[in-house]
Amino acid sequence: MQNVKIVVTGPFNAGKTQFIRSISEIDVVNTERKISSKAEMVKSQTTVAMDFGRITVDDELILYLFGTPGQRRFDFMWEILSEGMLGFVVMVDSTRPETFREARRILETFRAYAPTPYIVAANKQDLPDAWDLGDMRLALRLADDVHLLPCVSTDKETVKKVLITLLESILEMIG
Amino acid sequence: MALKGNLTDFPILQILNLVNLAQKTGTLVINHQDLVSLITFRNGKLTYAQYGGEDGSLVAVLYRAKKLTKNQAQLIHQKAAEISDKQLGLMLVNARYLSQAEILTCLQEYYLSIVKRFFAKAEGVFEFVADRMPPAVKITVKLDLENVIIEGTRQMRELEVLQEEIPSLEMAVKFKDRQGMDIRNLQLSVQEWQVVKYITPKNTIRQIARANHMNDLEIRRVIYTLLQAGIVEMVRVAGTPKIDLSTAIPNQTKKEQRSIINRLINRLKTA
Repeated sequence: MQNVKIVVTGPFNAGKTQFIRSISEIDVVNTERKISSKAEMVKSQTTVAMDFGRITVDDELILYLFGTPGQRRFDFMWEILSEGMLGFVVMVDSTRPETFREARRILETFRAYAPTPYIVAANKQDLPDAWDLGDMRLALRLADDVHLLPCVSTDKETVKKVLITLLESILEMIG
Repeated sequence: MALKGNLTDFPILQILNLVNLAQKTGTLVINHQDLVSLITFRNGKLTYAQYGGEDGSLVAVLYRAKKLTKNQAQLIHQKAAEISDKQLGLMLVNARYLSQAEILTCLQEYYLSIVKRFFAKAEGVFEFVADRMPPAVKITVKLDLENVIIEGTRQMRELEVLQEEIPSLEMAVKFKDRQGMDIRNLQLSVQEWQVVKYITPKNTIRQIARANHMNDLEIRRVIYTLLQAGIVEMVRVAGTPKIDLSTAIPNQTKKEQRSIINRLINRLKTA
C-alpha cells in the first residue's frame, strides 16, 4: 500500500478545512476548538492540530490531505506535517489583504523546508471584494512561474483543479 | 475587482510596491481620521497627491517652499483666485520669476511629503480607483517609486515583522527581471550596495550576511528593503534539486513515481 500526502496550509480562516472537506471521501477528521482570541473572532471555531481528508485511488494507493492549523501558536505542527509531503497548497483569502503578509510568511517557511512543489490558491474569488489575481501575485511576491489559481473552497470543481494542477507540475518536475 | 483594504494590515509601502510593479494608473483614495487623501499614479509613477483638506494649490505649495513671499501669495489669491495651477505656473515661467524645473521640483517634493506622511500612519482604509486622474487643471509630475519605497522601508525597525517577511536565511535572492529599471538610479546606502554585490542565486542570505559581517537583523533589513522596492525576489539556492520525492514516494523509480502521480490525477478527474 502506497500512501502519499499533500499539505494544505495558509493563514487563519483562509478556507483550508472547507477545501479538504469539499474533496475528501471521508468526513474530515478535524480538531476544531472554540476560538479564544478576540482578534480572530471572524469565525467561531478553528483547527488546532490538523485536518485530515482522504481520497482512495485504488487498493494500493491513497492520497491524504492534511490541513495545517491557521493560528500562530500551532506553528510547531508545520514541520511535522510537512515531512514526506508530495507538495503543498497555500490557501489565501482573496478578500482579506491583511492576511497576505502572513501568507507570505507561511509560503517562505514551507519553501525553506524542502524542495517541494507548491501552488497558491486564491480562495473566495466568487466574492465581490476579492482582489484581482494579478494584484495578489504582486502582493504575495509570487514569481511568474508559480501557479496562482482562483478557487472557491466550497466548489469541488475548483478544488479539483487546484490539486490536479499541483500534481501536473510535480509530473513536469519529475521529467 | 477590488483593490482595497486597511492601512493597519496592508501598509502604504506595500501598496506603493504593488502599484510600482504592476505599473498601475489611477488614484489611491485613503480615508483616515474623517479626511480623504488622494495619491495618483500613472504607469506606476507618482503624479499627484492631495492631503485631506490641506491647501495643495500651486500658490500654497510655492509659498511653503519659500518661492513666494507671504505678500506675493496673498496678492495672487486676491487678484488671480480664478486662475488654475497650470495657468499660474505658465505665468510665473513667462514672467521669468520661476523656471518650470523649479515649479516641478516644488510640486514633486510636496506630493512626496504627502506620501511620506502615510509611512507612519497605521490607520485608515484605502481603495485604488483605476484610471481616475486629477483634474486637468492640476500640474502633475512623474516620480519613480523605487527610491520612495527604499526610504520608507529603511525606517522600519521591527525585528518581528522582518522575521515574518524573511523567515529563513537559507533562501537566496536574485534580481527581478524588470523592464526599464536601472539599478544605478537607486539611492542605496553603502551597506545596501555591499549586499547587492553578493546577490546571486548561488548565495544564501546567511552567506551574504557573513561576507558582509552583518547580523541577522541587519541582513533582513537590507534584503527586505530590496524586496519591497521590487529589485529582488526570493528563490531557492541554485543547485537545489527542483523536486525531491525520496521521502514522499520512497523506494520508487522515476517511472513508478510518474505512474503514481498519473493515477492520482486520473482519480481526481473522476472525483
